[in-house]
Amino acid sequence: MSNPILIVKNLTKTYGDNVVFHDIDITVNEGDTDVIIGPSGTGKSTLLRCINLLTKADSGQIWLDGEEITVPGYDEDFVRQHIGMVFQNFLLFNHLTALDNVKIGLSKVKKLDDDQAERKAFQELDRVGLADRAQHYPGQLSGGQQQRVAIARALAMDPRIMLFDEPTSALDPELIGEVLEVMRKLALEGMTMLVVTHEMGFAREVSDRIIFLEKGSIVEEGSPEELFYRPKFERTREFLWKITELYGKKESED
Amino acid sequence: MNVSRFIQYIASGTAYTVAVSLISLPLGLILGLIFSLLYVYGGKILERLMSIYSSVMRGIPPIVLLFILYFVVSGSINLSPFWAGSISLGIVSSAYQMEIVRGALLSVSGGQMVAARAIGMSKLQAIRYVIIPQAFRLAIPPWSNEAAIVIKDSSLVYALGVPEILRRAQLISASSRQPFLAFITAGLIYFLLVFLTNRLLDGLEKRVRLPAHP
Repeated sequence: MSNPILIVKNLTKTYGDNVVFHDIDITVNEGDTDVIIGPSGTGKSTLLRCINLLTKADSGQIWLDGEEITVPGYDEDFVRQHIGMVFQNFLLFNHLTALDNVKIGLSKVKKLDDDQAERKAFQELDRVGLADRAQHYPGQLSGGQQQRVAIARALAMDPRIMLFDEPTSALDPELIGEVLEVMRKLALEGMTMLVVTHEMGFAREVSDRIIFLEKGSIVEEGSPEELFYRPKFERTREFLWKITELYGKKESED
Repeated sequence: MNVSRFIQYIASGTAYTVAVSLISLPLGLILGLIFSLLYVYGGKILERLMSIYSSVMRGIPPIVLLFILYFVVSGSINLSPFWAGSISLGIVSSAYQMEIVRGALLSVSGGQMVAARAIGMSKLQAIRYVIIPQAFRLAIPPWSNEAAIVIKDSSLVYALGVPEILRRAQLISASSRQPFLAFITAGLIYFLLVFLTNRLLDGLEKRVRLPAHP
Protein backbone atom coordinates (compact mmCIF):
# COMPACT_ATOMS: atom_id res chain seq x y z
CA MET A 1 0.00 0.00 0.00
CA SER A 2 1.39 3.41 -0.84
CA ASN A 3 1.77 5.92 1.89
CA PRO A 4 -0.37 9.06 1.60
CA ILE A 5 1.60 12.26 2.21
CA LEU A 6 -1.28 14.65 1.63
CA ILE A 7 -4.95 14.03 2.23
CA VAL A 8 -7.52 16.70 1.49
CA LYS A 9 -11.10 16.07 2.57
CA ASN A 10 -14.23 18.06 1.79
CA LEU A 11 -12.25 21.25 1.30
CA THR A 12 -14.49 24.21 0.49
CA LYS A 13 -13.66 27.84 -0.17
CA THR A 14 -16.02 30.70 -0.90
CA TYR A 15 -15.57 34.42 -1.37
CA GLY A 16 -18.89 35.95 -0.38
CA ASP A 17 -21.49 34.30 -2.59
CA ASN A 18 -18.89 33.03 -4.98
CA VAL A 19 -17.98 29.39 -4.42
CA VAL A 20 -14.37 28.94 -5.51
CA PHE A 21 -14.43 25.18 -4.96
CA HIS A 22 -16.39 22.82 -2.76
CA ASP A 23 -15.98 19.39 -1.20
CA ILE A 24 -12.63 18.68 -2.80
CA ASP A 25 -11.06 15.32 -1.92
CA ILE A 26 -7.48 14.69 -2.97
CA THR A 27 -4.94 12.14 -1.80
CA VAL A 28 -1.33 12.35 -2.93
CA ASN A 29 0.81 9.31 -2.21
CA GLU A 30 4.48 9.38 -1.40
CA GLY A 31 6.64 9.69 -4.50
CA ASP A 32 3.69 10.40 -6.77
CA THR A 33 3.28 13.31 -9.13
CA ASP A 34 -0.34 14.33 -9.43
CA VAL A 35 -1.44 16.96 -11.89
CA ILE A 36 -4.46 19.22 -11.52
CA ILE A 37 -5.88 20.55 -14.76
CA GLY A 38 -8.90 22.63 -15.55
CA PRO A 39 -10.08 25.85 -17.17
CA SER A 40 -8.86 29.11 -15.66
CA GLY A 41 -10.98 30.49 -12.86
CA THR A 42 -11.87 27.09 -11.46
CA GLY A 43 -10.00 27.65 -8.23
CA LYS A 44 -6.87 25.62 -8.90
CA SER A 45 -4.48 28.24 -7.52
CA THR A 46 -6.70 28.96 -4.54
CA LEU A 47 -6.80 25.24 -3.84
CA LEU A 48 -2.99 25.05 -3.66
CA ARG A 49 -2.89 28.12 -1.44
CA CYS A 50 -5.44 26.58 0.88
CA ILE A 51 -3.40 23.39 1.07
CA ASN A 52 -0.34 25.17 2.47
CA LEU A 53 -2.56 27.42 4.57
CA LEU A 54 -1.63 30.66 2.81
CA THR A 55 -5.35 31.11 2.30
CA LYS A 56 -7.83 29.90 4.87
CA ALA A 57 -10.38 27.39 3.60
CA ASP A 58 -13.94 27.72 4.88
CA SER A 59 -14.33 24.08 5.79
CA GLY A 60 -12.76 20.70 5.26
CA GLN A 61 -9.67 19.00 6.57
CA ILE A 62 -6.09 18.52 5.45
CA TRP A 63 -3.58 15.95 6.69
CA LEU A 64 0.12 16.18 6.03
CA ASP A 65 2.04 13.00 6.74
CA GLY A 66 -0.83 11.63 8.79
CA GLU A 67 -1.19 14.70 10.95
CA GLU A 68 -4.14 17.05 10.60
CA ILE A 69 -2.91 20.57 9.90
CA THR A 70 -6.33 22.19 9.82
CA VAL A 71 -6.97 21.84 13.55
CA PRO A 72 -7.33 25.30 15.12
CA GLY A 73 -4.10 26.70 16.50
CA TYR A 74 -1.83 24.41 14.48
CA ASP A 75 1.53 26.07 13.74
CA GLU A 76 1.07 27.30 10.19
CA ASP A 77 4.67 28.44 9.75
CA PHE A 78 5.76 24.92 10.65
CA VAL A 79 3.38 23.46 8.04
CA ARG A 80 4.72 25.72 5.31
CA GLN A 81 8.29 24.70 6.06
CA HIS A 82 7.29 21.20 5.04
CA ILE A 83 5.26 22.08 1.98
CA GLY A 84 7.28 23.57 -0.85
CA MET A 85 5.50 26.02 -3.13
CA VAL A 86 6.44 27.28 -6.56
CA PHE A 87 4.50 30.21 -8.00
CA GLN A 88 3.52 31.17 -11.50
CA ASN A 89 5.46 34.44 -11.31
CA PHE A 90 8.49 32.99 -9.44
CA LEU A 91 8.38 35.53 -6.58
CA LEU A 92 12.09 35.42 -5.87
CA PHE A 93 13.30 37.86 -3.23
CA ASN A 94 14.45 40.72 -5.42
CA HIS A 95 17.11 42.02 -3.07
CA LEU A 96 18.96 38.73 -2.74
CA THR A 97 21.28 36.82 -5.05
CA ALA A 98 20.20 33.42 -6.33
CA LEU A 99 22.29 31.78 -3.61
CA ASP A 100 20.86 33.97 -0.84
CA ASN A 101 17.32 33.35 -2.08
CA VAL A 102 17.88 29.66 -1.42
CA LYS A 103 19.90 30.25 1.73
CA ILE A 104 17.60 32.61 3.61
CA GLY A 105 15.07 29.94 4.57
CA LEU A 106 17.86 27.70 5.76
CA SER A 107 19.47 30.31 7.96
CA LYS A 108 16.40 32.19 9.21
CA VAL A 109 13.76 29.46 9.36
CA LYS A 110 15.78 26.28 9.81
CA LYS A 111 18.44 28.22 11.76
CA LEU A 112 21.37 26.40 10.18
CA ASP A 113 24.71 28.05 10.79
CA ASP A 114 26.11 30.11 7.97
CA ASP A 115 28.49 27.49 6.56
CA GLN A 116 25.90 24.72 6.53
CA ALA A 117 23.24 26.97 5.03
CA GLU A 118 25.57 28.15 2.31
CA ARG A 119 26.71 24.64 1.41
CA LYS A 120 23.16 23.30 1.29
CA ALA A 121 21.93 26.31 -0.74
CA PHE A 122 24.72 25.78 -3.22
CA GLN A 123 23.85 22.09 -3.55
CA GLU A 124 20.22 22.94 -4.26
CA LEU A 125 21.22 25.48 -6.91
CA ASP A 126 23.45 22.87 -8.46
CA ARG A 127 20.53 20.44 -8.45
CA VAL A 128 18.57 22.79 -10.73
CA GLY A 129 21.65 23.42 -12.84
CA LEU A 130 22.33 26.98 -11.72
CA ALA A 131 25.48 26.74 -9.63
CA ASP A 132 27.14 29.14 -12.05
CA ARG A 133 24.46 31.77 -11.42
CA ALA A 134 24.79 31.76 -7.63
CA GLN A 135 25.86 35.40 -7.37
CA HIS A 136 23.29 36.76 -9.85
CA TYR A 137 20.32 38.80 -8.72
CA PRO A 138 16.82 37.89 -9.95
CA GLY A 139 16.90 40.91 -12.26
CA GLN A 140 19.91 39.39 -14.01
CA LEU A 141 18.29 36.01 -14.62
CA SER A 142 15.91 34.84 -17.34
CA GLY A 143 12.41 33.78 -16.35
CA GLY A 144 13.31 30.12 -16.67
CA GLN A 145 16.36 30.56 -14.47
CA GLN A 146 14.34 32.51 -11.90
CA GLN A 147 11.81 29.72 -11.74
CA ARG A 148 14.55 27.15 -11.27
CA VAL A 149 15.98 29.21 -8.40
CA ALA A 150 12.47 29.33 -6.93
CA ILE A 151 12.30 25.54 -7.14
CA ALA A 152 15.71 25.29 -5.43
CA ARG A 153 14.52 27.68 -2.72
CA ALA A 154 11.53 25.43 -2.00
CA LEU A 155 13.59 22.21 -2.20
CA ALA A 156 16.15 23.53 0.26
CA MET A 157 13.60 23.26 3.05
CA ASP A 158 13.40 19.48 2.43
CA PRO A 159 9.63 19.56 1.94
CA ARG A 160 7.46 16.47 2.21
CA ILE A 161 5.56 17.62 -0.86
CA MET A 162 6.05 20.27 -3.54
CA LEU A 163 3.13 22.32 -4.86
CA PHE A 164 3.52 23.90 -8.29
CA ASP A 165 1.09 26.64 -9.32
CA GLU A 166 1.29 26.87 -13.12
CA PRO A 167 5.09 27.07 -12.96
CA THR A 168 5.54 27.60 -16.69
CA SER A 169 2.57 29.83 -17.54
CA ALA A 170 4.50 33.09 -17.23
CA LEU A 171 7.45 31.89 -19.27
CA ASP A 172 8.40 32.52 -22.87
CA PRO A 173 7.92 29.29 -24.85
CA GLU A 174 11.64 28.70 -25.30
CA LEU A 175 12.18 28.81 -21.52
CA ILE A 176 9.48 26.31 -20.55
CA GLY A 177 11.57 23.25 -21.38
CA GLU A 178 14.30 23.89 -18.82
CA VAL A 179 11.77 24.22 -15.98
CA LEU A 180 9.83 21.10 -17.01
CA GLU A 181 13.14 19.25 -17.23
CA VAL A 182 13.92 20.08 -13.59
CA MET A 183 10.42 18.99 -12.55
CA ARG A 184 10.73 15.77 -14.50
CA LYS A 185 14.00 15.04 -12.75
CA LEU A 186 12.41 15.70 -9.36
CA ALA A 187 9.56 13.35 -10.15
CA LEU A 188 12.02 10.63 -11.12
CA GLU A 189 13.97 11.18 -7.91
CA GLY A 190 10.79 10.36 -6.03
CA MET A 191 9.71 13.81 -4.87
CA THR A 192 6.01 13.97 -4.03
CA MET A 193 4.43 16.66 -6.19
CA LEU A 194 1.07 18.25 -6.82
CA VAL A 195 1.18 20.31 -10.00
CA VAL A 196 -1.31 22.72 -11.50
CA THR A 197 -0.39 23.04 -15.16
CA HIS A 198 -1.57 23.21 -18.75
CA GLU A 199 1.47 21.30 -19.98
CA MET A 200 -0.22 18.12 -21.19
CA GLY A 201 3.03 16.61 -22.41
CA PHE A 202 4.39 16.79 -18.88
CA ALA A 203 1.13 15.51 -17.40
CA ARG A 204 0.98 12.56 -19.74
CA GLU A 205 4.60 11.59 -19.44
CA VAL A 206 5.36 12.24 -15.78
CA SER A 207 2.17 12.18 -13.75
CA ASP A 208 0.73 9.24 -11.88
CA ARG A 209 -2.69 10.77 -11.80
CA ILE A 210 -4.54 13.62 -13.46
CA ILE A 211 -7.28 15.46 -11.61
CA PHE A 212 -9.69 17.41 -13.78
CA LEU A 213 -11.18 20.32 -11.89
CA GLU A 214 -13.97 22.42 -13.30
CA LYS A 215 -16.36 24.96 -11.77
CA GLY A 216 -15.04 24.27 -8.31
CA SER A 217 -15.32 20.52 -8.19
CA ILE A 218 -13.47 17.46 -9.41
CA VAL A 219 -15.07 16.20 -12.60
CA GLU A 220 -12.87 13.17 -13.00
CA GLU A 221 -9.53 11.77 -11.96
CA GLY A 222 -7.40 8.87 -13.02
CA SER A 223 -4.19 7.79 -14.67
CA PRO A 224 -3.11 9.71 -17.77
CA GLU A 225 -4.09 6.74 -19.97
CA GLU A 226 -7.56 6.60 -18.48
CA LEU A 227 -8.20 10.30 -18.84
CA PHE A 228 -6.78 10.70 -22.30
CA TYR A 229 -8.14 7.51 -23.86
CA ARG A 230 -11.00 6.19 -21.70
CA PRO A 231 -12.48 9.20 -19.91
CA LYS A 232 -15.83 8.64 -18.21
CA PHE A 233 -17.09 12.02 -19.29
CA GLU A 234 -17.13 13.56 -22.71
CA ARG A 235 -16.28 16.92 -21.09
CA THR A 236 -12.95 15.53 -19.86
CA ARG A 237 -11.98 14.30 -23.32
CA GLU A 238 -12.98 17.59 -24.89
CA PHE A 239 -10.94 19.67 -22.44
CA LEU A 240 -7.85 17.46 -22.50
CA TRP A 241 -7.59 17.39 -26.26
CA LYS A 242 -8.30 21.08 -26.62
CA ILE A 243 -5.52 21.90 -24.17
CA THR A 244 -3.18 19.41 -25.79
CA GLU A 245 -3.81 21.02 -29.14
CA LEU A 246 -3.23 24.51 -27.76
CA TYR A 247 -0.12 23.73 -25.78
CA GLY A 248 1.04 20.53 -27.42
CA LYS A 249 2.45 21.98 -30.62
CA LYS A 250 5.38 23.78 -29.09
CA GLU A 251 6.22 20.71 -27.02
CA SER A 252 6.50 18.46 -30.07
CA GLU A 253 8.69 21.08 -31.67
CA ASP A 254 11.18 20.84 -28.80
CA MET B 1 34.94 94.62 11.33
CA ASN B 2 36.95 91.48 10.89
CA VAL B 3 35.15 89.45 8.19
CA SER B 4 36.85 86.17 8.98
CA ARG B 5 35.96 86.43 12.69
CA PHE B 6 32.47 87.48 11.67
CA ILE B 7 32.03 84.38 9.53
CA GLN B 8 33.75 82.20 12.09
CA TYR B 9 31.29 83.34 14.74
CA ILE B 10 28.33 82.24 12.66
CA ALA B 11 29.99 79.05 11.42
CA SER B 12 30.72 77.94 14.97
CA GLY B 13 26.95 77.38 15.24
CA THR B 14 27.28 74.63 12.65
CA ALA B 15 28.16 72.11 15.35
CA TYR B 16 24.77 72.75 16.97
CA THR B 17 22.91 72.54 13.66
CA VAL B 18 24.64 69.27 12.81
CA ALA B 19 24.10 67.89 16.31
CA VAL B 20 20.40 68.79 16.33
CA SER B 21 19.98 67.13 12.91
CA LEU B 22 21.96 64.06 13.97
CA ILE B 23 19.65 63.59 16.93
CA SER B 24 16.29 64.45 15.37
CA LEU B 25 16.75 62.60 12.07
CA PRO B 26 17.58 59.17 13.54
CA LEU B 27 14.99 59.65 16.29
CA GLY B 28 12.39 60.47 13.63
CA LEU B 29 13.51 57.46 11.63
CA ILE B 30 13.21 55.02 14.52
CA LEU B 31 9.79 56.35 15.51
CA GLY B 32 8.71 56.63 11.88
CA LEU B 33 9.74 53.04 11.16
CA ILE B 34 7.90 51.69 14.20
CA PHE B 35 4.81 53.77 13.46
CA SER B 36 4.76 52.81 9.78
CA LEU B 37 4.97 49.10 10.66
CA LEU B 38 2.06 49.53 13.07
CA TYR B 39 0.23 51.47 10.37
CA VAL B 40 0.70 48.86 7.65
CA TYR B 41 0.68 45.60 9.63
CA GLY B 42 -0.94 46.51 12.94
CA GLY B 43 -4.59 46.01 12.07
CA LYS B 44 -7.52 48.37 11.81
CA ILE B 45 -7.30 50.19 15.15
CA LEU B 46 -3.60 50.98 14.96
CA GLU B 47 -4.01 51.98 11.34
CA ARG B 48 -6.62 54.52 12.41
CA LEU B 49 -4.48 55.81 15.28
CA MET B 50 -1.40 56.22 13.11
CA SER B 51 -3.42 57.95 10.45
CA ILE B 52 -4.65 60.47 13.03
CA TYR B 53 -1.12 60.96 14.35
CA SER B 54 0.08 61.57 10.82
CA SER B 55 -2.55 64.15 9.91
CA VAL B 56 -2.22 66.05 13.19
CA MET B 57 1.56 66.21 13.15
CA ARG B 58 1.69 67.17 9.50
CA GLY B 59 -1.16 69.64 9.77
CA ILE B 60 0.53 72.01 12.22
CA PRO B 61 3.54 74.23 11.45
CA PRO B 62 6.75 72.70 12.83
CA ILE B 63 7.52 75.84 14.86
CA VAL B 64 4.17 75.64 16.64
CA LEU B 65 4.67 71.96 17.37
CA LEU B 66 8.17 72.70 18.51
CA PHE B 67 6.87 75.09 21.17
CA ILE B 68 4.12 72.70 22.26
CA LEU B 69 6.46 69.71 22.43
CA TYR B 70 9.15 71.79 24.06
CA PHE B 71 6.86 72.62 26.95
CA VAL B 72 5.56 69.05 27.15
CA VAL B 73 9.01 67.50 26.95
CA SER B 74 10.79 69.96 29.22
CA GLY B 75 7.82 70.00 31.61
CA SER B 76 8.01 66.27 32.28
CA ILE B 77 11.78 65.91 32.33
CA ASN B 78 14.40 68.52 33.01
CA LEU B 79 16.14 68.99 29.70
CA SER B 80 18.32 71.67 28.17
CA PRO B 81 16.78 73.63 25.26
CA PHE B 82 19.20 71.82 22.97
CA TRP B 83 17.95 68.35 23.92
CA ALA B 84 14.31 69.35 24.21
CA GLY B 85 14.47 71.04 20.80
CA SER B 86 16.20 68.10 19.13
CA ILE B 87 13.77 65.58 20.54
CA SER B 88 10.79 67.73 19.59
CA LEU B 89 12.04 68.10 16.02
CA GLY B 90 12.55 64.35 15.87
CA ILE B 91 8.94 63.80 16.88
CA VAL B 92 7.73 66.27 14.25
CA SER B 93 9.83 64.50 11.62
CA SER B 94 8.60 61.05 12.69
CA ALA B 95 5.20 61.71 11.09
CA TYR B 96 6.80 62.56 7.75
CA GLN B 97 9.23 59.67 7.96
CA MET B 98 6.37 57.36 8.86
CA GLU B 99 4.66 58.31 5.61
CA ILE B 100 7.88 57.78 3.65
CA VAL B 101 8.46 54.33 5.10
CA ARG B 102 4.79 53.41 4.77
CA GLY B 103 4.85 54.29 1.08
CA ALA B 104 7.99 52.21 0.63
CA LEU B 105 6.55 49.23 2.52
CA LEU B 106 3.43 49.33 0.38
CA SER B 107 5.50 49.57 -2.80
CA VAL B 108 7.13 46.21 -2.15
CA SER B 109 5.02 43.76 -4.13
CA GLY B 110 2.57 41.69 -2.09
CA GLY B 111 3.99 38.53 -3.62
CA GLN B 112 7.19 38.98 -1.66
CA MET B 113 5.31 38.48 1.59
CA VAL B 114 3.50 35.43 0.18
CA ALA B 115 6.78 33.89 -0.98
CA ALA B 116 8.41 34.50 2.40
CA ARG B 117 5.50 32.93 4.26
CA ALA B 118 5.57 30.00 1.83
CA ILE B 119 9.05 28.93 3.00
CA GLY B 120 7.85 28.98 6.59
CA MET B 121 8.82 32.46 7.72
CA SER B 122 6.63 34.09 10.35
CA LYS B 123 5.09 37.43 9.45
CA LEU B 124 7.70 39.21 11.56
CA GLN B 125 10.57 37.37 9.88
CA ALA B 126 9.13 38.16 6.47
CA ILE B 127 8.89 41.85 7.35
CA ARG B 128 12.39 41.91 8.77
CA TYR B 129 14.29 39.87 6.18
CA VAL B 130 12.30 40.41 3.01
CA ILE B 131 10.07 43.49 3.13
CA ILE B 132 12.20 46.02 5.02
CA PRO B 133 15.42 45.48 3.04
CA GLN B 134 13.51 46.18 -0.17
CA ALA B 135 11.53 49.07 1.28
CA PHE B 136 14.76 50.63 2.56
CA ARG B 137 16.04 50.98 -1.00
CA LEU B 138 12.79 52.55 -2.18
CA ALA B 139 12.78 54.96 0.76
CA ILE B 140 16.19 56.53 0.18
CA PRO B 141 15.20 59.25 -2.35
CA PRO B 142 12.21 60.57 -0.37
CA TRP B 143 14.20 60.20 2.84
CA SER B 144 16.97 62.33 1.37
CA ASN B 145 14.35 65.00 0.86
CA GLU B 146 13.18 64.71 4.46
CA ALA B 147 16.78 64.91 5.69
CA ALA B 148 17.12 68.23 3.85
CA ILE B 149 13.94 69.51 5.49
CA VAL B 150 15.08 68.49 8.98
CA ILE B 151 18.49 70.13 8.53
CA LYS B 152 16.77 73.35 7.51
CA ASP B 153 14.12 73.03 10.24
CA SER B 154 16.86 72.64 12.82
CA SER B 155 17.09 76.43 12.50
CA LEU B 156 13.80 76.55 14.40
CA VAL B 157 15.52 75.66 17.68
CA TYR B 158 16.98 79.16 17.57
CA ALA B 159 13.61 80.21 18.97
CA LEU B 160 14.44 78.20 22.09
CA GLY B 161 17.75 79.99 22.43
CA VAL B 162 20.06 77.29 21.11
CA PRO B 163 23.11 79.09 19.68
CA GLU B 164 23.03 77.43 16.29
CA ILE B 165 23.73 79.06 12.91
CA LEU B 166 20.60 81.18 12.56
CA ARG B 167 20.68 82.34 16.18
CA ARG B 168 24.29 83.49 15.79
CA ALA B 169 23.58 85.16 12.47
CA GLN B 170 20.78 87.10 14.08
CA LEU B 171 22.90 88.16 17.06
CA ILE B 172 25.81 89.33 14.96
CA SER B 173 23.60 91.04 12.42
CA ALA B 174 22.21 93.18 15.23
CA SER B 175 25.56 93.99 16.80
CA SER B 176 27.46 94.57 13.55
CA ARG B 177 24.60 96.05 11.52
CA GLN B 178 25.54 93.74 8.67
CA PRO B 179 22.33 91.72 8.30
CA PHE B 180 22.89 90.92 4.64
CA LEU B 181 26.32 89.43 5.16
CA ALA B 182 25.15 87.62 8.28
CA PHE B 183 22.21 85.90 6.68
CA ILE B 184 24.03 85.19 3.41
CA THR B 185 26.66 83.41 5.47
CA ALA B 186 24.01 81.45 7.38
CA GLY B 187 22.21 80.57 4.14
CA LEU B 188 25.42 79.37 2.54
CA ILE B 189 26.25 77.09 5.45
CA TYR B 190 22.77 75.55 5.42
CA PHE B 191 22.99 75.09 1.68
CA LEU B 192 26.33 73.29 1.96
CA LEU B 193 25.03 71.00 4.70
CA VAL B 194 21.94 70.07 2.71
CA PHE B 195 23.88 69.69 -0.51
CA LEU B 196 26.46 67.38 1.05
CA THR B 197 23.79 65.31 2.77
CA ASN B 198 21.83 64.86 -0.45
CA ARG B 199 24.94 63.87 -2.42
CA LEU B 200 25.87 61.40 0.28
CA LEU B 201 22.45 59.80 0.12
CA ASP B 202 22.53 59.78 -3.70
CA GLY B 203 25.75 57.81 -3.34
CA LEU B 204 24.13 55.40 -0.92
CA GLU B 205 21.19 54.91 -3.26
CA LYS B 206 23.54 54.01 -6.12
CA ARG B 207 25.56 51.70 -3.94
CA VAL B 208 22.59 49.60 -2.83
CA ARG B 209 20.79 49.65 -6.17
CA LEU B 210 20.02 46.13 -7.35
CA PRO B 211 21.64 45.03 -10.56
CA ALA B 212 19.31 44.31 -13.47
CA HIS B 213 20.06 42.64 -16.80
CA PRO B 214 23.76 43.05 -17.59
